[in-house]
Amino acid sequence: MPKAMVQVEGVYKSYWRDSLEIPVLRNISLEIPEGEFLTLMGPSGSGKTTLLNLLAGIDRASQGSVMVAGSDISNLDESALARWRHRNIGFVFQFYNLIPVLNAYENVELPLLLTKLNRAERKRQVELALTVVGLADRMKHYPNQLSGGQEQRVAIARALVTDPNVILADEPTGDLDKQSAEDILALLSQLNRDFKKTIIMVTHDPRAAEKAHVIRHLEKGELVNS
Amino acid sequence: MRVLKLIRKNSGRHLLRTSLTILGMAIAVMAFAVIRTALDAWYAQAEASSPNRLVVTSAISLTFTLPMAYETKIRSIEGVTNVSYAQWFNGTYIDTKNFFPRFAVDHTTYFDMYPEYIIPPDEKADFFRERNACMIGKRLADRFGLKLGDPMHLTGDIFPGDWDFVIRAIFTGAKENTDEGVMFFRFDYLDERMREEAPARAGQVGSFIVQIADPSQAAAISEKIDAMFKNSLAETKTQTEEAFSLSFVALASSIVMGLKVISILVIGIILMVLANTMAMTARERVAEYAVMKTLGFRAFHIIGLIFGESLLIACLGGVLGILFTFPVVGLMKAALSDFFGVFPLRLVTLLLAGTTSLVVGFTAAVFPTIKALRTSIVDGLRIVD
Repeated sequence: MPKAMVQVEGVYKSYWRDSLEIPVLRNISLEIPEGEFLTLMGPSGSGKTTLLNLLAGIDRASQGSVMVAGSDISNLDESALARWRHRNIGFVFQFYNLIPVLNAYENVELPLLLTKLNRAERKRQVELALTVVGLADRMKHYPNQLSGGQEQRVAIARALVTDPNVILADEPTGDLDKQSAEDILALLSQLNRDFKKTIIMVTHDPRAAEKAHVIRHLEKGELVNS
Repeated sequence: MRVLKLIRKNSGRHLLRTSLTILGMAIAVMAFAVIRTALDAWYAQAEASSPNRLVVTSAISLTFTLPMAYETKIRSIEGVTNVSYAQWFNGTYIDTKNFFPRFAVDHTTYFDMYPEYIIPPDEKADFFRERNACMIGKRLADRFGLKLGDPMHLTGDIFPGDWDFVIRAIFTGAKENTDEGVMFFRFDYLDERMREEAPARAGQVGSFIVQIADPSQAAAISEKIDAMFKNSLAETKTQTEEAFSLSFVALASSIVMGLKVISILVIGIILMVLANTMAMTARERVAEYAVMKTLGFRAFHIIGLIFGESLLIACLGGVLGILFTFPVVGLMKAALSDFFGVFPLRLVTLLLAGTTSLVVGFTAAVFPTIKALRTSIVDGLRIVD
C-alpha cells in the first residue's frame, strides 16, 4: 500500500465579504496516495480550485489540517511555506501564466534560480524538462511565439523542473483546443506513469477526468462520492 | 544574474512608457541641477568673500558716499591690518546692454587685500604706472575680444563725461568662484576729474574695505567703526563681506525663494512621474508576482524586482539628466554672463541630482511594493482568471 502523499482532515474554508461569511469548503477529509492521478470535478463555485489552492499552500484553511508530502502546511509561516512550495509543488495554471519577457528556457529556469544549482546544472535540468514536454526545439521562443498548447507544455516543464512530489493542475486544458488538450492530458499521464508524480487536477471536462485513476466530486463545498 | 536580467527585461516591457519616464526624469533632473546652479550663482559672490574683510558703507544707503578721510581713522582701530576703498562707477561701455561691474579702487592697497585676483607682476606695474590704466578680468577680455594696450571708452552716468582708459592688466581668478568679469581702474584718476569738474564730490568713496587680523573679532571691530562715526554727517554701516554680498541676494529674495520652491517642486514632479509608472507596472504584474510566489519566490524577491526596476529607471533618468545639464548650463552661462559673474556647475550639484534620482527611485517603489506584497497569491491569480 503506497504511503499517503496528501492527507486532508476536517478542513473548512470560508471567505468573508464585509460581515457575511461565505463557506466554500465544509468538512473535507481526503487522502491521496503517492503516485496517484486524481481529478477533482464539480460545478463552478463548488470549491475545487479552493481545495487545490489549500493543497498547494497558496491559501490557508479556516479549520482542519492539511498534510502534503509529509509536512503539515497549516502551521507554516509565509516564508517557510514559500520554501516548501518550491521543494514540493509544481503548479500548472489554466492560463499558463508564463512571464512574457522570458523565453521558454528562461521561464522553465525561473524556479531553479531559487536553488544553489550552478548555470550548467540549471541548463541540464531545463533542457531535460523541455525535452520531456517535447519542446527542446522551442527553447528560445517567447510565449507570444508559441501556441496555447505549447505554452501549457512550457508551464508543465516549469512545474516539473524542480522535480516536485506533487503536480497540481487547475483546469490545464480549459483554454485549449481539443487536440492540444489531448496532448496535455497525455503528457500529464506520462508524468504520472513514467515519473511517478502524484497529480491532482481540477477539471470541468469529463473526458479529461477519464485520464485520472480517481475522480472525486465536489458539490457546494463537500466531497460527495469517489 | 537572471534576476538582474529579469529587471532589465521588465523595464523594457513597455518601451515607450519606460522611455518617456526616463526622458521625463532626465528633463526634471536637468532642471533641478540647472536651478541649483542658478542658486549657486546668486550666492557665489557671498561664498567668494573672505572672513577677514569687512565692508563699510554709508548707514543711509549704498548710494551715499563716505569721506575718504575716514580711512586713517579706521586704520587706527586695533585689529585692523589694512584699509582700502572703492567707488562703484557704472557708466556705459559702447552700449547699455554691455553690463559689467566697474569700480574705481585705491590701487595701492586694494589688490593686496584681494589675493584671489591673480595679476602678472609686469602688468600690475604697468597698471600702477599709468593714471588712466585699467585692469579687466580674463572673462571680460574674452567676452569683448580685448587685449593689453587696447583702449576702453566709458560714457559716465553717475560720473558724467567721457572716460578713456587703456588696458594695462588682465587678471585671472585664483578660485572657481572668483569673478573674472569685472573692470577696475584707479580711484585717483576719478578723484582728480572730480576735483576739477565737481569739487563737492571729490574725496568721497562708496565703501571702505577693511582687513582684520582675526575674523572672530569682526563683530567687535564693526561696532567700533560704526561707533567712531556715530552722530557724524556720514554715519557708517559695517558688515562682513559675506553679509554685504548677501544683502544684494536679499534684494532678489523673491526670485531666490521662487527658485528654491521650484527646485523642490521639480523633485516632486520627478517623484510623481516615476511613482505613476511604477504603480502602473506593479498593478499590471500582480498576477505575475502571484505566479512567482507560487513558484516559491519570497517577499524579498518581489521587493528586489520592483525596487530594482524603479532604481534602474531612476538611475538612467538621473544619468541622462546629468549629461543634459552640462550643455544647458553652458548655454545659460553664456546667456547670463551679464548678470552672473560666476555660473558654477559644481560637483556637489551633480551629486545632489544623482542622489535625488536614487531617492526618488527608492521612494517611487515603496507603495507599489507594499501593494504587491499585500495582495495574496489567490487574489493575484484571480486577476488572470
